[in-house]
Amino acid sequence: MKKVHVQITLNGEETEFLCEPRQSLLEVLRDVLGYTGTKEGCLTGDCGACSVIMDGRPIDSCLVLGIEAEGKEITTVEGLADGDTLHPLQKKFLEHAALQCGICTPGFLVTSKALLDRNPNPTEHEIRYALAGNLCRCTGYDKIVRAVQDAASQMQGR
Amino acid sequence: MAARQEHKFKVIGTRPIRHDGVDKVTGRAQYGADIDLAGLLHGKTLRSSHAHANIKSIDTSAAEALSGVKAVITAQDFPNIEPGMAQMGELPVNPQHMSLNCIARDKVLYDGHVVAAVVATSPHIAEEALKLIKVDYEVLPHVQNVMDAMNDDAPILLPGLGKGDDGEPKDTNVANHVQFERGDIAAGFAAAEVIVEREFDTSMVHQGYIEPHNSVAQYSSDGQSTIWVSTQGAFTARDQTAMVLDMPASKIKVVPAEIGGGFGGKIPIYFEPISLILSKKTGKPVKMVMSRAEVLKATGPTPGSHIRVKMGADKDGKITAAEVWMAYEAGGFPGSPVGAGCMTIITPYDIENLKIDGYDVLVNKPKTAAYRAPGSTNAAMGSETVIDELAEKLGIDPLEFRRINGAKEGTAQAAGPKFGRIGYLETVEAAKTSDHFKSELPQVEGRRVGRGVASGFWFNAGFQSSATVAINSDGTANVVTGSIDIGGTRASCAMIAAEVLGLTAEEVHPVVADTESIGHTDMTGGSRVTFATGTAVYDAAQDVLSQLKERAAKSWKVETDQVTFQDGVFTCTTNGNESMTLKELSGKLPRTGGPVMGRASVNPRGVGPAFATHVVDVAVDEETGKVDILRYTAVQDVGTAIHPSYVEGQMQGGVAQGIGWALNEEYVYGDDGRLQNAGFLDYRMPTCLDLPMIETVLVEVPNPGHPVGVRGVGEVPIIPPPAAIANAIYSATGVRMADLPMSPPRLCKAILEKNG
Repeated sequence: MKKVHVQITLNGEETEFLCEPRQSLLEVLRDVLGYTGTKEGCLTGDCGACSVIMDGRPIDSCLVLGIEAEGKEITTVEGLADGDTLHPLQKKFLEHAALQCGICTPGFLVTSKALLDRNPNPTEHEIRYALAGNLCRCTGYDKIVRAVQDAASQMQGR
Repeated sequence: MAARQEHKFKVIGTRPIRHDGVDKVTGRAQYGADIDLAGLLHGKTLRSSHAHANIKSIDTSAAEALSGVKAVITAQDFPNIEPGMAQMGELPVNPQHMSLNCIARDKVLYDGHVVAAVVATSPHIAEEALKLIKVDYEVLPHVQNVMDAMNDDAPILLPGLGKGDDGEPKDTNVANHVQFERGDIAAGFAAAEVIVEREFDTSMVHQGYIEPHNSVAQYSSDGQSTIWVSTQGAFTARDQTAMVLDMPASKIKVVPAEIGGGFGGKIPIYFEPISLILSKKTGKPVKMVMSRAEVLKATGPTPGSHIRVKMGADKDGKITAAEVWMAYEAGGFPGSPVGAGCMTIITPYDIENLKIDGYDVLVNKPKTAAYRAPGSTNAAMGSETVIDELAEKLGIDPLEFRRINGAKEGTAQAAGPKFGRIGYLETVEAAKTSDHFKSELPQVEGRRVGRGVASGFWFNAGFQSSATVAINSDGTANVVTGSIDIGGTRASCAMIAAEVLGLTAEEVHPVVADTESIGHTDMTGGSRVTFATGTAVYDAAQDVLSQLKERAAKSWKVETDQVTFQDGVFTCTTNGNESMTLKELSGKLPRTGGPVMGRASVNPRGVGPAFATHVVDVAVDEETGKVDILRYTAVQDVGTAIHPSYVEGQMQGGVAQGIGWALNEEYVYGDDGRLQNAGFLDYRMPTCLDLPMIETVLVEVPNPGHPVGVRGVGEVPIIPPPAAIANAIYSATGVRMADLPMSPPRLCKAILEKNG
């Protein structure tokens, strides 16, 4: 199948790639660009393991084609930390033991970041609503919600 | 709460950041599907869409001719494994069934059974090629319900499975019958003031790990093979693959990748042997990753069941007799956890007269696998709701009823052995005095609210583990084990070593090794890792410590017994109390005899069982049958909690899975025998929005069979939720639910029936 040239901004860097029209953004990130932090859980947009931020909105990268990303700004889990300095969400996920197996963690982190970017002070219900598209089978979500609450407080300087 | 172990711990009981944490929050951790190798090819499988059929022929020629396809295989490319049993660790296994479950030979036994595999230069080409394979099936009648499958005229899955009275093979779907009996149940029921008997049907459910199964295999022309895979047991995967491929286990190296959840479902092999055969055929490394539909159709799940429970109690609330009959869906091949169901169902209680029958029954559904306390959650739905009803009929508080009958040290289990030191009654007491149980029921406008309680018991497991501990020249230590870390066991093992060596948790670096770099270690399962591998780590660290004492003695030119160790400091009891830190001593190792490394291999017998008692408040919408969980508290005897955050996490995760099992999750098969809900949209697991915070109460009754008091913690928390929720629904609505899941349509129907 003939490949198409696509240009995106990936974690702040201008990035070009060639992909087949049938390849999803998820497949491009993982298999073409080597960004395997974004995970595949279902390929039907039900589990959120493949969540990335596209132009400020959290999306399931399994439901977007690579060619549809042309000109977009994409943030993946690899783009959250600033060099060696973890994002407050990453720190709080570790402190609160908000991950067990860790496969859903990249998706929860980027979805949580998209939430806090637009609503820096969410209620517990708003957090649960925002994260309802991300499945975690290990934690029962309790520690994830607490980690997001704590990260929000810290980022607000409280 | 119960008293902590007498000696004070420095590291155990604290909450350090897990060692593998940064890799997991930055996306660097490598899971099986993340593995990439030069020249990698991609494999896909063709699966049966029939629940039961003979394979007459398979034509792969068109698929082979597609550009980009490198090979197509069927069962003919696998060795034909003879019938018989083999031993894997302590567990008997059937290599022929294992092989036929990986790829069907003459007949398919369930929707999703693998019949062929393709390897190509891209996963998309492999998928296209699957459509070009022609399979000629002779479709057979199927059976998917245990009660139907036990009938004499039921379609037979595996001919000659049973043995007739004449000793000759007999056609039956009943693979096994287990029975436990003691006392005199007729006399027991005669002595009862009240008797409750109910029947339960529970649906097949899936473990639901978010990471699909995967395997990357490289066959080498010298006969050595390597498999990278997300598995619960590197050695378990290696040994099963060797059996299925009739290869010496030593020819296969399994490198465990990070694992994205397992809950028992990643103990069996699926793609490991297929990817290895495809690699052998092509000479290239081959990656295979399942789709979610494949995961749901053909891996896991845990059985649906039919259960009958009859129990009687006298007017003082003492249980006088219990009779249990249960049949579990094994799936297409024998091996449901019905034995564990029998051995756990009424084990929290001291019952003199009992009879328990359990049947392992083949049905045209995927071969079941372990799922967190396998066999016990659906069983407890039966026993714990019947107990609730007995207590209600006698006018006794349900926790008090459990206190009256609860097992303690010396109580004989249903299977015979007597309990050692256990903490069941402590969990009942802690539930009674919990903030939650003492609180008023919250009121919700337009809803009926209710509170329920239930308990659970799980054995926990020991099994084989190996560990090494090595001292680095900077005074830190490396801990190497063979135990796959699913939920924080690297941290717990490192903390145990740190405690022994007087180091901080951060000064110990834990590593999970491949099958060529550590001694045999059984799978991560049975809540065994912190107990058994933790014992190996403790022993290996003690080994290091005694070697270090020798080195300290050597450098002071005294006898070893003149050296003591406390809080990371070696002190000479003669020579004017000279002392040296572990860090200082580690720098002297080259001049006192070389590196220091400790090792231990164990098969520990001092397993400490786990008990849990849960309290739940629900709100029921009688119009729709929807149940909301308002508040949930899980109380558990966890033994010594090494890292309390991860202990709480196990409890909260188990509760969440139990709530899903209780309210929504089920396999829905059509009349055609095909799975109707093979995706996460319709196989509805709890989301963030479905659950409240899950409160935990850690009761720590140390296990005397472990050097620092560890019990397993991972499994028992899934057991009580369905029964506790059923009891809460009864308290809210007056309806006794007997089937799982208690989904809105089922509950709505039951409420309508009750209200006439």
